[in-house]
Amino acid sequence: MNDSTVTPIGAAVRRKEDQRFITGKGRYTDDLSRPGQAFAYFLRSPHAHATIRGIDTAAAKAMPGVVGILTGADLAADKIGDLICGWLVTSKDGTPMHMGSHPALAKDKVRYVGDHVAVVIAETLDAAKDAAAAIAVDYEVLPAVADLAAADAGAQIHDNAPRNISYEWELGDKAATEAAFARAAHVTKIDLVNNRLAPNAMEPRAAIGEYDAGDEAYTLWTTSQNPHVARLVLSAFVGIAPEHKLRVIAPDVGGGFGSKIFIYAEETVCTWAAKKVGRPVKWTADRSEAFLSDAHGRDHISHAELATDAAGKILGFKVHTRANLGAYMSTFSSCIPTYLYATLLSGQYAIPAIHCEVDAFYTTTAPVDAYRGAGRPEATFLVERIMDKAARELAIDPAEFRRRNFVTQFPHQTPVIMNYDAGDYGASLDLALEMADYKGFPARRAEAEARGKLRGIGLSNYIEACGIAPSAAVGSLGAGVGLWESAEVRVNPTGNVEVLTGSHSHGQGHETTFAQLVSARLGIPIDQVSVVHGDTDKVQFGMGTYGSRSGAVGMSAIVKALDKVEAKAKKIAAHILEAAEGDIEFKDGRFTVAGTDRSLAFAEVALNAYVAHKFPTSEIEPGLKEGAFYDPTNFTFPAGCHICEVEVDPETGVTRIVNFTAVDDFGVVINPMIVEGQVHGGIAQGVGQALLEGVTYDADGQLVTGSYMDYTMPRADDLPSFKLGLTQTRCPSNPLGIKGCGEAGAIAAPAAVINALADALGTQDVPMPATPAKVWALAKTRAVRQAAE
Amino acid sequence: MYAFDYQRPAALADAAALLKADPEAKILAGGQTLLPTLKQRLAQPTALVDLARLPGLSAIEKTAEGVAIGALVKHAAVATSDVVRAAIPALADLAGLIGDPAVRNRGTLGGSLANDDPTADYPAAVLALNATVVTDRRSIGAGDYFQGLFTTALEEGEIITRVDFPQVERAGYAKFRNPASRYAMAGVFVAKTADAVRVAVTGAGQSGVFLWEEAGDILASDFSPAALARLELDPADLMSDLHGSAEYRAQLVKAMAKRAVAKALA
Repeated sequence: MNDSTVTPIGAAVRRKEDQRFITGKGRYTDDLSRPGQAFAYFLRSPHAHATIRGIDTAAAKAMPGVVGILTGADLAADKIGDLICGWLVTSKDGTPMHMGSHPALAKDKVRYVGDHVAVVIAETLDAAKDAAAAIAVDYEVLPAVADLAAADAGAQIHDNAPRNISYEWELGDKAATEAAFARAAHVTKIDLVNNRLAPNAMEPRAAIGEYDAGDEAYTLWTTSQNPHVARLVLSAFVGIAPEHKLRVIAPDVGGGFGSKIFIYAEETVCTWAAKKVGRPVKWTADRSEAFLSDAHGRDHISHAELATDAAGKILGFKVHTRANLGAYMSTFSSCIPTYLYATLLSGQYAIPAIHCEVDAFYTTTAPVDAYRGAGRPEATFLVERIMDKAARELAIDPAEFRRRNFVTQFPHQTPVIMNYDAGDYGASLDLALEMADYKGFPARRAEAEARGKLRGIGLSNYIEACGIAPSAAVGSLGAGVGLWESAEVRVNPTGNVEVLTGSHSHGQGHETTFAQLVSARLGIPIDQVSVVHGDTDKVQFGMGTYGSRSGAVGMSAIVKALDKVEAKAKKIAAHILEAAEGDIEFKDGRFTVAGTDRSLAFAEVALNAYVAHKFPTSEIEPGLKEGAFYDPTNFTFPAGCHICEVEVDPETGVTRIVNFTAVDDFGVVINPMIVEGQVHGGIAQGVGQALLEGVTYDADGQLVTGSYMDYTMPRADDLPSFKLGLTQTRCPSNPLGIKGCGEAGAIAAPAAVINALADALGTQDVPMPATPAKVWALAKTRAVRQAAE
Repeated sequence: MYAFDYQRPAALADAAALLKADPEAKILAGGQTLLPTLKQRLAQPTALVDLARLPGLSAIEKTAEGVAIGALVKHAAVATSDVVRAAIPALADLAGLIGDPAVRNRGTLGGSLANDDPTADYPAAVLALNATVVTDRRSIGAGDYFQGLFTTALEEGEIITRVDFPQVERAGYAKFRNPASRYAMAGVFVAKTADAVRVAVTGAGQSGVFLWEEAGDILASDFSPAALARLELDPADLMSDLHGSAEYRAQLVKAMAKRAVAKALA
């Protein structure tokens, strides 16, 4: 499949954008320089929790090369507002969440190591760092609150949040769940920690703010997954400039995984400061700053109980989760451990009653927000771990126990909001079991044992809610925005096409898949289609890319716009061909009068649309350009079965993944190669969570895992070659039938890996990350236990 | 990075003179530790004295006793040297396990030994093989050279010129990498001569590389992995951190010692 062919949906078209990425011709924010730009360096708090008694910048301001030094007092003087959290969660007693003050530069307090105290803007980055070292900050150090388990007993972090609680929320029917437990034949209990992760996009965050005094307008280049949302927040809430006087550009962005959804202090300050100092202001995070200040992910402590009847059918499920918000509520942090988490606790199973309580705590750590999967990995981990534990307690094969409880009729209303529209969970389980040779596992285990190794196999039957999301639905749940998407299809006179989308590609390959869609629909070669995104001056509005929404929502908007383009083109063709509009058929890039050989190529109609000589412009406007906004009717529900097989070396505790099978139902697949890539990356991050990654703060709130010396990123040699399979049920709630694939691997993999380790080690108490040291200790305990038996 | 002066002398004596004249100057060899340290502003030397152009420090030579390796020889060169592989194959193996390809093509033997990182690989080989560190002033036996974390017998301004590695009957190196940094969490070099076995351990000790003498004694009478089965290393002097307790490191040292012996026998 090459660039000059028409590319059908389902073809493995090579990624158009990769030529520039792999030849160093991408343009990332840090690649850009503005005339006269100065460099920002943020002085960050060395303390987890402290009152600022004073900041003396006099000596620093006198240092060579310093352009300006700004603090929270300057922000306040300019009446710049706080950073916001865009989703209101209400506690079960009816009180709204307690949103702590979140200034872009600290006013009177710092609340985590890395919190922003001042910005130094200088001619060079080194000069800015030198001057920052000369700023004298008078701190009164307060006790750190680094331990989520004891956060309510810690020093109060925000004045309006007693016991450090932002909200105590619940979902589901408590009475019905208690009643289900009362008649249970068996109750399985589990306590789990979902470890905190650092997002680690390859490109660190960066921003350039610029102010044009002539137009009285700002431009912000930033590493964003959703530039329009950034503009909306910075204008309407933070108040830097009116929306029409602020342009936000997110050029090439090197990975986000959620961490670049949020509106951060640094980009806010660079924009505001550009006018203050009269110079473009550029900031690029180094990796240490990324570890300290990118919003982290996960970080739950949960207790869950599953009630089953004598036949091994689930009666009820109850969950109590403590969620860590970090020091401040980030842009979407409130909805992650609530509406993106508890709503997925039914998993793939018909569970009559579910009740979930979530208590969200402030701690003196970096803010926690969405990270690949965002709530759904936490839900899947909990559901799939307790399913495995219950199966073992009930002495039912884990695959059989799952099958016995699958949802099989659709649509299916769960007790936790979600209405599953389509799926075939048995089909993906069957295919995964076959591909993983589940039946052959006992023989492989025996063979490994003969070599002194411990083998285990584990399943994870995940479900997620993607295609985020129907605006009315999320509005009713507290979202401050609608979650539709926009598209504009501009057909040029020569017949090539520009697609403007509100989605944003930061690795997902939209320039290829979106063009593929247009190519297939209009019957024009894919190299005749270009995709424009990431600039608020070009694309009118959009909600951006996260939650595996760009296919289901973003591409659906393109389909709507294409429908309009086709309808108008048919009108034009009808006039030129002197036929009735209803007789015009559009196929393979040609408009044909039905039953005749009279036809026009798409490019001919495009030219006529702009020349406008051959149709009455009183009836049909010249031009061929259509826009659309698409609001989905439901979430989409990708689901599947991942199976992991591990081999543990009891001598060193090293876990080797010897087999990883992923069978996914993503609905209709546009480009299977890109989908595979998304699954690979997701599994790598999921395996990372299970075996390698974990953000650690010490008791003083200092970040222990502040570099790659201590934070274990997955490497190629940590991973096997994956076996991938697809099953398909069409998604009924969008025109393309697609469900989304961006997060599945990260959602499914942790439970599959840990279930496999639990199987290998003969214990359900396997913590994440299951590092060699921890696995060695568990293997030793197993040996002692076996010796005693 | 803070500003500093840069010097690239053409003769060893000039380098020594520069270092003598400026006690705050630092030697630059491969720079694989020093440059990241400078970039993070964790060091502020007045000057770097780059040894890259000094003659005679980049050779690998067969000697009567074994091999002599110049201080500026890169890890990749040791790993791929026919001379080293013929004389002490385990030393070539070790060099091939250091860091990643970029590090191996810049990092030097002298730089590694002068820095004496407690998780570096070369100190285990130097100590187990009882090599001699030769400087511009004297020769230092391995037993005297290593003196603790990042601490060696080198005096101010003293420059390593080469290391003399004696050939042994058998040797092997096995390393367990820290999952995050990939430095050694336990690296064990086993060297067998006619009358003794020396077992040197890097990555695990609180005070840097050390000789595990009990293991050497047992292996001297029975040079086999099984001989180590009943031996336990006291964790009291081992490191304990986020990645593993001292007890775990003791286990890793034992496991790597067994694997090093197996490699030596292979």
